[in-house]
Amino acid sequence: MNGRSLNILGLVLVSVTGLAFMLLTPQLAELDTVLDLTVYMIMAVLALSLALIWGFGGILCFGQSAFFGLGAYTYAIAMFNIGESTLPFLLAIILPAAFAALLGYFMFYGRISDVYLGVITLTVTLILFNSVNSTAGPEFHIGTARLGGFNGIPGIPPLNWPFNKTAAIDLEGMFYLATGSLLATYFGLRLLLASQFGRIIVGIRENERRAELLGYDPRAYKLATFTIGGALAGFAGCLFANWGNFVSPTIFGLAQSAQIIIWVIVGGRGTLIGPVIGCIGIQWLSAALGANQPSGGSDLWSKIFANAPLILGVILIAFVLLVPKGLVPTLGDIGLSLVRRRRAREQRGFEPQQAE
Amino acid sequence: MDLVALLAIQVLYAVASLALISVGLAIIFGMMRVINLAHGEFLMLGGYAAIVATSHGISIWVAMLVVAPIVVGLIGIIVERAIIRFLYGRMIDTMLATWGLSLFLVGLTTAIFGNTTVGISAPLGSIQIGAYRTSAYTLFVIAIAIAVLGAIFAVMRWTRLGLIARGTMQNADMAAALGVNPPRVYAVTFGVGAALSGLAGAVLAPVSGVFPTIGVAYVAKSFITVIGGGAAILSGTVSASALFGTINQIATFVTTPVFGEVALLAAAIVLIRLLPQGITGRFFRRGL
Amino acid sequence: MAAALLDTRDLSMHFGGVKAVRNVNFTLAEGELRCLIGPNGAGKSTFFKMLTGQLEPTRGQVLFRGQDISRAHAHQIARLGIGIKTQVPSVFDGLSVRDNIWLAASRLNSKERARRLVDEMLERIGLVDAAERLVGQLAHGQRQWVELGLVLSTDPELILLDEPAAGMTHEEVLKTAALVREINRSKALIVVEHDMQFIRMIAKQVTVFNQGSVLVEDTVDNIMRNPQVRDIYLGKQAAA
Repeated sequence: MNGRSLNILGLVLVSVTGLAFMLLTPQLAELDTVLDLTVYMIMAVLALSLALIWGFGGILCFGQSAFFGLGAYTYAIAMFNIGESTLPFLLAIILPAAFAALLGYFMFYGRISDVYLGVITLTVTLILFNSVNSTAGPEFHIGTARLGGFNGIPGIPPLNWPFNKTAAIDLEGMFYLATGSLLATYFGLRLLLASQFGRIIVGIRENERRAELLGYDPRAYKLATFTIGGALAGFAGCLFANWGNFVSPTIFGLAQSAQIIIWVIVGGRGTLIGPVIGCIGIQWLSAALGANQPSGGSDLWSKIFANAPLILGVILIAFVLLVPKGLVPTLGDIGLSLVRRRRAREQRGFEPQQAE
Repeated sequence: MDLVALLAIQVLYAVASLALISVGLAIIFGMMRVINLAHGEFLMLGGYAAIVATSHGISIWVAMLVVAPIVVGLIGIIVERAIIRFLYGRMIDTMLATWGLSLFLVGLTTAIFGNTTVGISAPLGSIQIGAYRTSAYTLFVIAIAIAVLGAIFAVMRWTRLGLIARGTMQNADMAAALGVNPPRVYAVTFGVGAALSGLAGAVLAPVSGVFPTIGVAYVAKSFITVIGGGAAILSGTVSASALFGTINQIATFVTTPVFGEVALLAAAIVLIRLLPQGITGRFFRRGL
Repeated sequence: MAAALLDTRDLSMHFGGVKAVRNVNFTLAEGELRCLIGPNGAGKSTFFKMLTGQLEPTRGQVLFRGQDISRAHAHQIARLGIGIKTQVPSVFDGLSVRDNIWLAASRLNSKERARRLVDEMLERIGLVDAAERLVGQLAHGQRQWVELGLVLSTDPELILLDEPAAGMTHEEVLKTAALVREINRSKALIVVEHDMQFIRMIAKQVTVFNQGSVLVEDTVDNIMRNPQVRDIYLGKQAAA
C-alpha cells in the first residue's frame, strides 16, 4: 500500500466515522452526554486552528486562546447590541482574523524569531486576560453589553438561522452545528494543505531561507496562515459562547492557552487528526479527573489527582521529554518500522541459505 | 510639587519592581538562552517560602532576603538537573517543558495551600510627602532593586565566578578545555536566576499577597521587559524597565491600571517593530 | 562590449571590525560563465549572499541589468531571476524529492505544466527512482542534485553555484561539468570552486578573490601560471 492510497483510506475512515458520530450520537446518548460532546467538538475546531499554524505553518503561537476569546466576546457583545445572529457570527470570525493579521504583521514583517513569537503571543493573551478581567464595573460597556470583568457575560442569546430571529438553535442543533463545523474544518484544511498555498507554507516551515531563494515571500505566507488560524479560532470562540451562553476572561487565560498547545503536542504536530484526538482525549481526561473531586477525600493525594493543571503539566513535560513528535506520528513511525521488519523477515525467509 | 515628588516615587517604584521581577529571567535567558515560562511560578514560590518561614517564627526580613532565595534557588537547580539539561539547544522544547512545569507548580501549590490569597503585612510604616502619604516599603523595594542590580554588576565584572560564567556562555567548549565544568556552570546559573526570582517574589509578597496563580500577573511584564531589553542582561533589564515602568505608571496615573498595562504592551510591540535588531539582536557578542 | 548582466560597484560587507568583502567591482556579461576562486575566508560566500539578498551590503551597489538590487529582499531578487545553489545543500528535508522540485516549478507555471516540468527535471538530475523519498534521507551527493534541480526549475537568468563539485567522485565531477556547460548555453553562471581541473573543464575567465578583494581577473591558463595566485594557495596549504 503506497502513501496515496493510505491517504485516501484515512479520508474515507474519517468521513465515515465523523458522519456516523454526528448522526447517531443524539439518537443514542443522553442529553447530558450530547452537551459534553458538543464542547469537545468545539474545542477540536480550536485545536485544528493551532494544528494549521503551528503544525504546518511552523508558527509558534502560544496565544491561540486570544483569538478564541476575542471570537467569543465579539459574538456576545454584538449579540446584545444587534439581537440577530447573522452579523455577530460574521464579526466573531472577522474581528479575530483582523487582530491576528495586525499582530502577525508586526511579528512577521518585524522578522521576529520563533522564540520571541511564542513569548509575544503569550503576552498578548495575558494582557487581554488582565484587561478584560478588570472591567467588572458598570462603566465598562460596549453599546448595551456590559463587559462584566471577572464575572463574565451570562445569558448570551443563541445563534439563529441567518436573518430569521425566531428560529434559534437548540441543544441538539448545537451538537449538529459543532460536529458539522469540525468535519467541515477538517476537510477544508485538508483541501487547503493539498493546494499550492498549503504546500508552500509547509515548504517555508521546512526551510524558510530556501523558500525565499526560490522567490516566495515567507512573511506574506505566514501572515496569511496566521490570519486563517485566527479566523478559525474566532469561529470556535463563537460556537463556545453559544454552547454555554456564557463567556468569562478565563477563556483568554494561561490555562486555556496551555491546553491548546498540549492538545497539539500530544496528538502530534504536522497532522490534523492528531490534535483532534489529543483535544478530545485530554478533555475527557480532565473531565474524568474533575468528576473525582467531590467523592475523593481531602488528603493531599486525592487533591493532587483531582487537580487538572498539575496533571496537564506532567503530561506536557513528559511528552516534550519522551514523545516529542506526539502520538499519531510516533505510532505511525512504530507501525512503519514493524511493516519494514516484517518485510525484511519475509525476504530473508525466501533465501535463507545466502546469509550463511 | 508634592504631587510631582509622589509621582516620581511611584514611577521609580514601577521601574524598580519591573527590574526586580525581570532580572532572574534575564539572567537565565541571556546566559543560557533558555526561556523559562515557569518564571512567574518561581516568583510565586518565593512568596510562599517567605510566608511559610514567617509563620514558623522567622523574622520577616530573614524570610524574604535569605530563606526565599535559597529555597527557590535550590528548586531551580533541581529543575535544571531534572528537565532543562536534556533540552539544551532546543529552545522551543525548553519553553514547552517549562510551561508544563508552570502548570505543575500552580497545581501543586493549589493542592497544598488552597486557592486563596495569603497576605503578609508590609513591614515599615508610611512616610509623609507634603500632603500625601506613601508606604515606606515602596522605598525599600526601590533600594532592594538597586542593590540586586549592583550586586549582579559587581559579580559579573570583578569576580572569577562572573568571568567563568561569561566565558562558558560565550564558548562552552573552550571553557571546558580550560578546566571549567559547563554543566555545573549552567546549573548554578539557573539556580542563581531562580534565587533572584524567589527574592523578588518574596519582596513583592507584602504588596500583592500570594496565591497559586499570581505568576500570571508577573510573567507577561517580565517577558516584555526581557524582550525589550534585548541581549545585554544588565543594561537591557535596566533600560527596558525604565522605559516600560515609566510608560506603565504614567498611563496608570492618567487613566486606570488596566490601561497602564495595555500601554505597556503597545509600547513593547512598537519597540519590537522599530528595533527588531536591537531585540532579537546578536546574542553572541554582548557586554554585561 | 556586451551589456552587463551583473555589475557590482564598491561592494563591501563588514562584520563588526572584520571586512569580509571590500570594494569589489565585478562585471558579468549576458550569458557569461565565470569562475570564482580564492582561499577559504576570501569572501566568496559573503559575496554570493549579497548578490542574493541574504545579506545587506555595508556599502556599495549590486546592479542586475541596470537595476539596483542591493537593498532588495531575497525573494524579490529570486523573482528577478537570480538563483543560487549554496555550499551546504539548502533543501526541504522533510519533503519528497518530487515535492521539492514541484515547489520550485510551481511558482511560475500552471499545475499541469509544473507537473510535467517536475518529471523532466527528475530525469535530468537522475533522481527518478528516488522521487518519492524524503530529501533528508538522501546521501549528500543526491541532495546536491536536488538543490540544483530546485534552482534550475525556477528558470533563473543568472545561476550562482557555490562549490558544486565538492565531495563528488570523479565521474560525478565530469557529469557536473557537462551539466554546467549545458546550462551555460542559455544562462549566465558564476561558479565558486577550488578544483582547478573542474574549472578548466568549464571556464574561460576566472576571478581570484583574496582577503575580501579581487586579486586578479584573467583566463584560466594565465591564472594557473600566475605566481601570485600560486602563492596564496600554497600559503594556505603551508598554513594548514
